[in-house]
Amino acid sequence: MWKWLHPYAKAERSYQLASTLQPWFAISSIVLLVVGAVWGLAFAPAELYQKEYYRIIYIHVPAATLSMSVYMAMATAVLISMVWQLKLADAAAAAMAPIGATLTAIALITGAIWGAPSWGTSWVWDARLTSYLILVFLYLGVIALHNAFEDKALASRAAGILTLVGVVNIPIIKYSVEWWNTLHQTATISKLSAPSMSSEMLWPLLTNILAFALMIGALTLVRFKNEVLARNAMRPWVRELAAKVGDK
Amino acid sequence: MNPRRKKRLTIISIIFVGFAAVVGLVLYSLSQNINLFYTPHEIIGGKEDTGLKPVIGQRLRIGGMVKEGSLVKNSQNLEVSFVVFDATHEVTVTYEGLLPDLFREGQGIVANGVLAEGNVIAATEVLAKHDENYVAPEIADAMKKQHQKAEKAKAAY
Repeated sequence: MWKWLHPYAKAERSYQLASTLQPWFAISSIVLLVVGAVWGLAFAPAELYQKEYYRIIYIHVPAATLSMSVYMAMATAVLISMVWQLKLADAAAAAMAPIGATLTAIALITGAIWGAPSWGTSWVWDARLTSYLILVFLYLGVIALHNAFEDKALASRAAGILTLVGVVNIPIIKYSVEWWNTLHQTATISKLSAPSMSSEMLWPLLTNILAFALMIGALTLVRFKNEVLARNAMRPWVRELAAKVGDK
Repeated sequence: MNPRRKKRLTIISIIFVGFAAVVGLVLYSLSQNINLFYTPHEIIGGKEDTGLKPVIGQRLRIGGMVKEGSLVKNSQNLEVSFVVFDATHEVTVTYEGLLPDLFREGQGIVANGVLAEGNVIAATEVLAKHDENYVAPEIADAMKKQHQKAEKAKAAY
């Protein structure tokens, strides 16, 4: 059943696939980012109470939601690399960590900017904000562990264990606003009920979420390719590739 | 799956489930302390599980809805007082300073202050807690009109 996947366990084949996919992700994400940004910032109506400043939702929500998705993707890659001893999966996990960390930083900063006028404070130690801050530290810890050891395999295992253990935090972040009373509001978009947002505001938000997802895909492919090249620097196919690029 | 992979997967699963159980139990036992604020119900009747009531002079956060028509502003200075309520109880909050932009009657708020006699909280900070609903003004207008129409129909009937 999984036979068709086997050739991609070879670094060269995966590298080529990533190269093929990369422009598609990059172009579609740029188009959707422009559409989503213009739609959200210029055409979506102002909110009843928050007027214009609610528009930061078009950056805050995609970054915050997808930072957690990236974490789950990273954890999945780690699990595959640990159980099947697949080095490429580990390269993918290493590639995703800094992207996720950047997203958490964007979510925290936009959240603080949003909180200042609406709540009246940029930061409060409620369950949502605190558990999310832990996610930032998890990402930073994973990146630090990847760079802490000379031996790549050892570094990956250390970072991998932290990644897997940190998965516990993801449902805590998600449900913190329901389990405890917090200053942060509960989810606007959820799977089970209709979104509590006017549709003229919702569509640009969904566009932006998709645009961010594609952008993350494109960035992951770039970083994944770099990881693969760095880890296979001594292999003949990488040397050939380097020689070819060098000739141009 | 070959036996070696199965063994690795089992080890990882056991470690993960064990860790999740530990975190879950810690959070469960701390749950009352993780809550950001007291509700008016908890200030008057005590916490749900322990029955522990906050004492007078205690610094705490209160969260709830601002009661319609309860906001009293001092015309001379920035002193305000308003009533915060939940499903069962209400307490009074006094505050001197600028209120956040979203503050209005019927809005959820969180105030940080000191509990005084008679269920009054002298707040040093008032934060607005906005909910998860985002409404375009035109839609709110339309809904209001619809509502008025319904009221009129009811009155006529």
